[in-house]
Amino acid sequence: MGRLSAIGWVTLVFMLALAILPPIFMWTGQPFYVDLTTRLVVLAIAAVGLNILLGFGGLVSFGHAAFIGIGAYAVGIPAYHATWGGMDFIASYNGFFQLALALAASALFALVTGAIALRTKGVYFLMITMAFGQMAYYFFLSLDIYGGDDGLTIDVRSELPLISLDNPLTLYLVAYVSLVVAMFIKHTLVNSRFGMVLQGAKGNNERMVTLGFNTYKYQLVAYVISGSIAGYAGFLLGNFTTFISPDMLDWTRSGELMFMVILGGASTVLGPVLGSSIFILIEEVLKGVMGWFDGLLEPLIGRELGLEVYWHLPFGLMLIFVVLFVRGGLMGLLKRRGK
Amino acid sequence: MVALLKIDALCKSFGGVTATDDVSLTVEAGEIHAIIGPNGAGKTTLVAQLCGALKPDSGTVTFKGANITNRAAHARARLGITRSFQITSLVMSMSVLDNVALAVQAQDGHSFRFLKPARKIKHLRDEAMESLRMVGLRRRANDLTSELSHGEHRQMEIAIALASRAQLMLLDEPMAGLGPEESGNLVTFLKTLKGERTILLIEHDMDAVFALADRISVLVYGRIIATGTPDEIRSNDDVRHAYLGEE
Repeated sequence: MGRLSAIGWVTLVFMLALAILPPIFMWTGQPFYVDLTTRLVVLAIAAVGLNILLGFGGLVSFGHAAFIGIGAYAVGIPAYHATWGGMDFIASYNGFFQLALALAASALFALVTGAIALRTKGVYFLMITMAFGQMAYYFFLSLDIYGGDDGLTIDVRSELPLISLDNPLTLYLVAYVSLVVAMFIKHTLVNSRFGMVLQGAKGNNERMVTLGFNTYKYQLVAYVISGSIAGYAGFLLGNFTTFISPDMLDWTRSGELMFMVILGGASTVLGPVLGSSIFILIEEVLKGVMGWFDGLLEPLIGRELGLEVYWHLPFGLMLIFVVLFVRGGLMGLLKRRGK
Repeated sequence: MVALLKIDALCKSFGGVTATDDVSLTVEAGEIHAIIGPNGAGKTTLVAQLCGALKPDSGTVTFKGANITNRAAHARARLGITRSFQITSLVMSMSVLDNVALAVQAQDGHSFRFLKPARKIKHLRDEAMESLRMVGLRRRANDLTSELSHGEHRQMEIAIALASRAQLMLLDEPMAGLGPEESGNLVTFLKTLKGERTILLIEHDMDAVFALADRISVLVYGRIIATGTPDEIRSNDDVRHAYLGEE
């Protein structure tokens, strides 16, 4: 281990803060903030998964919400049958079974859709991954038994030995450890021989093929890994929200995930985590600001406008600003500061 | 001598334009075989068919006795054919050493290896460093590729071809855009490879071609009009008429 770089320090401090803050929130009686950080960490895992493709593979997938949804339904569907009967072969509260199902289903979905999508490049790849995402969306929408449009409440969380996910702090710690592991996997992966091929194909696919790499195969494996990580995040998200609906798979969710990666800075380990943190925090802050603004206007107009719902508007403007002026996202900003 | 590469009756047309017109040619192991011809003669199209980037309409390409006409580009590279690009084609976002190390890695078994950091694998780095030393780029090894000059990029192309340990190097205008001194250095360097590597050299620079080539083929409008030693080509009337005379 060499000396830590400036970025390394930022990563360490940030991750330490994420480890320490939620227990403090819990003990000081602010469960809302524990929920907030849990959501943040779970989405960060999915963003880390997406970043393997987007940041290091140069493959802009616009359908990653599908994997989150698949992971979440892999918790919901077995739990539903365990409660209400039917489909005995799948009915289970067992966390390991549900997790295995989540990983297998998302990996299989990635393998099949990736095999087709990777035959295209650039904007076509983006469109086709989005189309597959929407396919998954409508698939779950059409499943009336699991609530269709209305979604499905998970009555019993995944059962694991020794720990209970019903405890918010335990759930948070599981998510946090998962995030650290996901970041470590990504870091190892992108620096390995496999990662070098992936990054080489991002920079110059023709050159890599000429050198003798079948880049299609490497990208497909990356797609499966990336999808499985997002599926894992879905498994946690299902346990966190205890409510799943097709809305989780909507293409706007995929867009949000992409924003998180770009906001934080692709091609860095911390970037997606930073991006999802800022994303979730700004969402909350803007809701608050818009609500405050609403309250300010109320005496003037004589009624509430419900401005809180429109937090996307200032948020969109901020994102445009980041894309235009902060190249490389927040991590890019840090790197330039470091020099 | 043994024919390392054999091209037989290769044809390729784009719409109404015949870019490769019944080209037959052999490249012997160890020789530097140059292909010259005016702009638009179909030289780069020919290279593209040899390395697998383009599929010929008809004809066969045989490498080391095996028919590789329908092999994919990455499969040909594994068999031992490498190419350098006329227009520099490198991974600009990576360091110089990373680029060359990838060429070594490509010949070192599959790369579905996920654990060990590639930059810490000694033999990959050492071999890449050796190639960089040979072309004189050692001191730029850790610089970002995009920061290098055009001339240095051309040197990198050669280093990558060397590092891939290919038996057949297809060099597509390696001197393109180089100053007289730089191309002089490159000619001197390529001379040192003579006998060790088989090179199919596409080049506009006549001085370089006549200084390097064992044999020369002249390509005009997709057809080979003559093949022979530099002296034979110099004295060939067809060639003088079609090509050299016009310069």
